Order: sequence, then C-alpha cells, then structure tokens
Amino acid sequence: MKYLDEYRQRASIEQLAAEITRITSKPWRIMEVCGGQTHAIVKFGLQQFLPDDIELIHGPGCPVCVTSLEMIDRAIAIASRPDVILCSFGDMLRVPGTERDLLSVKAAGGDIRTLYSPLHALTVAEQNPDRQIVLFAIGFETTAPAHALTVRLARERGLENFSLLVSHFLVPPAIETICASGASRVQGFLAAGHVCTITGYKHYQPLADHYRVPIVVTGFEPLDILEGILMCVRQLEQGCHRIENQYSRAVAPDGNHTARAMLEEVFTISDQQWRGVGQIANSGLELSAAYADFDAQKRFSLPASAHQDTSGCISGAIMQGLQKPADCPHFGDRCRPEHPLGAPMVSSEGACAAYFRYCARSTANEH
Amino acid sequence: MNTDCPMPVTQDEAIRLGHGSGGVMMQHLLRDVVFPHIANQWTSQGHDSATLAIGNSKVVFTTDSFVVSPLFFPGGDIGELAVYGTVNDLAMSGARPLYLSCSLILEEGLSLSVLERVMQSMARAAAVTGVQLVTGDTKVVERGKGDGLFINTSGIGLIEHSLEIAPQRIDSGDSIILSGDVGRHGMAIMASREGLEFEMPLASDCAPLQSPVLELLAAGVEVHCLRDLTRGGLATALVELAESSGRELAVQEAAVPVTESVQGACELLGLDPFYVANEGRFVAFVPREQAALALAALAKNPLTRGSAVIGNVTEGTHAQVILQNSLGSERLLDRLPGEMLPRIC
Repeated sequence: MKYLDEYRQRASIEQLAAEITRITSKPWRIMEVCGGQTHAIVKFGLQQFLPDDIELIHGPGCPVCVTSLEMIDRAIAIASRPDVILCSFGDMLRVPGTERDLLSVKAAGGDIRTLYSPLHALTVAEQNPDRQIVLFAIGFETTAPAHALTVRLARERGLENFSLLVSHFLVPPAIETICASGASRVQGFLAAGHVCTITGYKHYQPLADHYRVPIVVTGFEPLDILEGILMCVRQLEQGCHRIENQYSRAVAPDGNHTARAMLEEVFTISDQQWRGVGQIANSGLELSAAYADFDAQKRFSLPASAHQDTSGCISGAIMQGLQKPADCPHFGDRCRPEHPLGAPMVSSEGACAAYFRYCARSTANEH
Repeated sequence: MNTDCPMPVTQDEAIRLGHGSGGVMMQHLLRDVVFPHIANQWTSQGHDSATLAIGNSKVVFTTDSFVVSPLFFPGGDIGELAVYGTVNDLAMSGARPLYLSCSLILEEGLSLSVLERVMQSMARAAAVTGVQLVTGDTKVVERGKGDGLFINTSGIGLIEHSLEIAPQRIDSGDSIILSGDVGRHGMAIMASREGLEFEMPLASDCAPLQSPVLELLAAGVEVHCLRDLTRGGLATALVELAESSGRELAVQEAAVPVTESVQGACELLGLDPFYVANEGRFVAFVPREQAALALAALAKNPLTRGSAVIGNVTEGTHAQVILQNSLGSERLLDRLPGEMLPRIC
C-alpha cells in the first residue's frame, strides 16, 4: 500500500539495523515515548533486529493508560445519568474505574456511543436536543486540536446540550519528570512524531540541554523507528545531546500554526494527574475561561471519587521505564486483555497489551 | 513518586457486547456457563455443527442467529447472510446443505416493505445454494426490544463422502489454504454503520461456500479440516483450530491477501485485518502434496479464485499460531480479547 509499504521493507530495515550494530560500542537505553511506537516495535518484532546492547524502554505515551482513575470514575458517573449520552473513543470503554468500566455502564443501560471523530458528537447533540451530550475528550497534543475545533463549532452552533469531560495530557512535562527522576534509566528519547506534528519540537531544546539527553522526533513505521534509533545511538556514541527530526515528512520545527492557535484559544495549561505516575505540574489542558460553559465537570455535580489504590499492578514503573511488562507477576495470568487489572493492558498502545499480543510468552500460554 | 497501579479487579456479572464477538470472552462464557449444563460428545468437539449418524446417513445439523445492523449493507443484507451463514457452517463439515428453517423476530414498527425485501433476498440465496426453507416461526417484540429484525436459521445437510473433516484430523505437514482476501465484511459493516466514508468503497464478502467445498472434494482432495472465518476473523479461527487440534501452525503474513481498501480503513482506525469479520471466506487444511490440486480446484470457482497457501502445520508440539511478518520476524497470534474497539489516535 502506497505511503506504507515503503516504510516496511525488509531490505531497508536490515540495512539500518546493520548500521546500528556497526556503530554501537556499548549498552544504551532508549525510550520510545509514544504508545503507537511501542505497538509498532512489538508488532513488527523490531527488537529482533537490534543488537543486544540496545534496550528499548516503553514510555508513558498512551492516553488511555494515563487517564486517571478519578477521571474514569467521573465519566462513569456522568454516563450513568439517564439524561446523558456519553460519547467516547472505543479504547476508553474497557478501562476499569474504581468499581466498574464504561462497558458495564453500557450493559446496565447507560447510553454510551463510540466515536470515530469528535465532530460526530455534535451531530449526536443536534439529533438529541432533550439530552445532555458529553464528549469524553482524552489524549495528548495530537487529539487536542480536534477537540478544540469541536467545542468551537459547538459554540458557533449554539449547542447548549453539549459539553466536554476533558482529560488532556502534554508530553514534554512527562519527559522532564522521567529525566528528573533519580531512578531514571533512560539515556535518549524518541519523541512522538504525531505530537510534534502539532507542537513542533523547539520546546524540547531546554530539556535536551539541561538533562544532556538526545531527543529524536520519530515516526511510527518500522523504518521510521529504526532510523530514529540510529540517529539517537549516533548521538549517544558521540556524546551529543541535540534535537533531531527523523519524521521530517510530517513535522515542521514550529509544528502546525493553525492547530496551535486553536489550542491556545480553547485550552489553558493545568496540573494533571497521570494514572500510575501521580501529579505532574503543567502537564495537562483544561478548557479556558472563554469556554468554561462547556466543561462537563462544572455542568454536572460529581461525587468525589472514592478511589482506592490497590497495589499489584506496576503500571507506573512500566510507564517510566523502570520495569518491563513481563516483570509483573500478574502479566498474562490475572491480568489479560479480556480482564485487565491495569490500563496498559487495555489499549493496543499500552505496553502490556502490546507485549501480551505480540511477544512469545511461555507463561501466558499455560493459563 | 507513586508507582502503584490504582487498579482494582472488576467483576463481569452481566452480559456485555464483548461476549458475542467470537473472542476470548465468548469462549469463557461457553466454557463456564453454557457447556457445563449441556455437555455431550458433540459439544466437546468445538465444531460449528454436529455430525449425527441417523440410520445409514451422516446428517450435519447447525444453527445460527443473525442480528446485523444495518439490515442492508454494501455487498449484502441480513436475508442473504442468514442463508449463507448456515449453509457455510454445514459446508465446513463437507456436507451438502439441504434444508433450512427460518425464524423471524420482528420489532413492532418494522416496515413491511423491508421485510419483503429481506424475504426476496432469502429466497434468492436459497436458490443459489440449492437449499429449501422448509419450516419457521414468526414472533413480534415491542418497539425498542429488537433491532428491526433478527433472523435465526437452522440447517441440515448430508455427508456424501467417507472423509472425516474435523480439527482433530489436522496433521503436521498440512498446508493451510485461505480462500481469498480477508476483512471485507467487518469493515463494510463498520463503515456503513458509522457513516464512515472512504475513498475506496468497501463491500462485504458475504457469499455461499458450499460449491467450492464440494468441488474441492470432487477433485479428490483429502481435506483434513475446514473452517469459515466469521467473527474474530482469520486470527481467531486459526487459534481455535490450533487449540482444538493441539498443533502448531505457522502462517506468513505476506501471503494473506488484504485489499488496499480494507488495509487502508484498518490502518486509519487502528484495527488489524486479521481480526476483522468475514462472511465468505474459509481456511482448508490439506496434505501438502495435495495443495496444488486444491488450489487448482478452488481457482475454477469465482468465489475462491483468490485462494492461496498461507502457511503450514509444523512439527511443533505447542498448540499455537506463529505469524511470520513481512520483515521476517515472528510473533504469536492470539484470539480477539472481547469487542473490537477502534483505538484513539
């Protein structure tokens, strides 16, 4: 298929892998930040092409995985109201809240619609004027412009029965948190190409300078990822810590001006709770004062979440690269995609689900 | 920094949509709730139909319910599907399909002209496959308690050969033949249900499979096992067959045909065509030395012209499916866990 097959060709992959092997003189640990990259790495078995000295660490870039338990509980509370239609991306429906997930709310009669585009929520709102339509707006910088456009159009069309439950995350503060953590094992980063398509990559410079880590903006196809790794290893071997752009066919240094302007108009930066990681300052987005009327958290009186942290799942450690999915005693046993204990087992972009689905596993087979 | 995962266990105490998707959740439902109460020599075979010795005849019996929405979709409709689905289940035992029942569950308010169109379609499909609809039932449910129209068909067919066609007959060295490209039905339904518009049109592969199967047998191919690909797609069918035969299967990803329109739609939505539903495709396990003969027989039928060998049964002792991707690396295929949900970005 055009624009895909070119980036999945064995000969090119092997050529890049050989070059990585040639220049690698000692062990390096590189984090791919985005869950989409993790998915491609395990699906295409890219680790099999790399020398043993290159260890890939899977980052926190899976929006489904990092959306907080409190936020899922709020979505569940809203979706349980008879006057509400909750619109959500499919992935979110299976993530467990404190007591249940959105699929269970749906099974119990809640009106939950799976969306393919946020704009479709506006059609639902227009078709159901006597119901409250709530869009569960989650994601990183990638999905934020589409949510911004949706809420702007809602105001233009005067849709008073429409609101957003916003759970948006920003990637750079998460990278900074990982760098600043004393336990961090990460020596170089593959930044998420699609996020940078929106934001550009100039703002990564202070991070690279301060923590002396190379950051390579990288795409999502096998060839992109291996090229990103090669660029990163080359810098590490040379003792450099620059920002480089592997994904130049999609990413400009300043990103997408239109999308950025829309984000600035609709959202403001806020502190954000990352599931399994904790609170990170200035790492989230919330609706700006001009759009506060569309904030579902203000529109509905929501009970305080009585969430209980039960240890057992090591998702926080996994998303910071401190441990691998297979290090978890529940992986493939009590925790499986059809019965996830933790969010990384839910989304196809979650490290655990990707490992479960694509990696040879002797223990998991026995259950 | 807190590294605990705030994840309590949730209990499934009610039926959810994922229980009907043909994946792991459904397998557990059947294993834990359904089969324990009705266990017998047939339910334990893990087959889509039961082969019954009646007098001197080997009769195959199966049933299937059809709850598709929308009722009419690009490439087919619920009436055609209700005939072909049951005919195909019979064909997968190598039987000649003969008689079908037809139960209609109608929702109050369903337009009569819609029902008329569906019945015309069923009649056409019955004529194409040479079966007769000989008995049935009609029920009406209140508005809001059905999705317009549900159809159940049961069918019987006759086995006219001496082969045993079953997962237990799968043998090491067998070639695995796939009868055409995968993923069309699921993507056509999804596109039509959600109003997604793609540059290249998507149409269901909905088709009757009894003629290619009977032609395969007539050509003298010693077929070991057949399985039509429905919910859960190619991957789930292969994993089920690996488990019920206790064999290890090796499949080459590049050998599995996927049309560009299905591939494109799947890439966009983050779905894997290996798990997308089909309604007119099957896999056949045949002795390796007969693979060419089988392909030649299948190539003569327009429905199976795109047949290809996609892999083989290995000497391995693990009941699993190894997928070799186009880059040459390997991974294990798994069943669909529950409902197939498009990813977020």
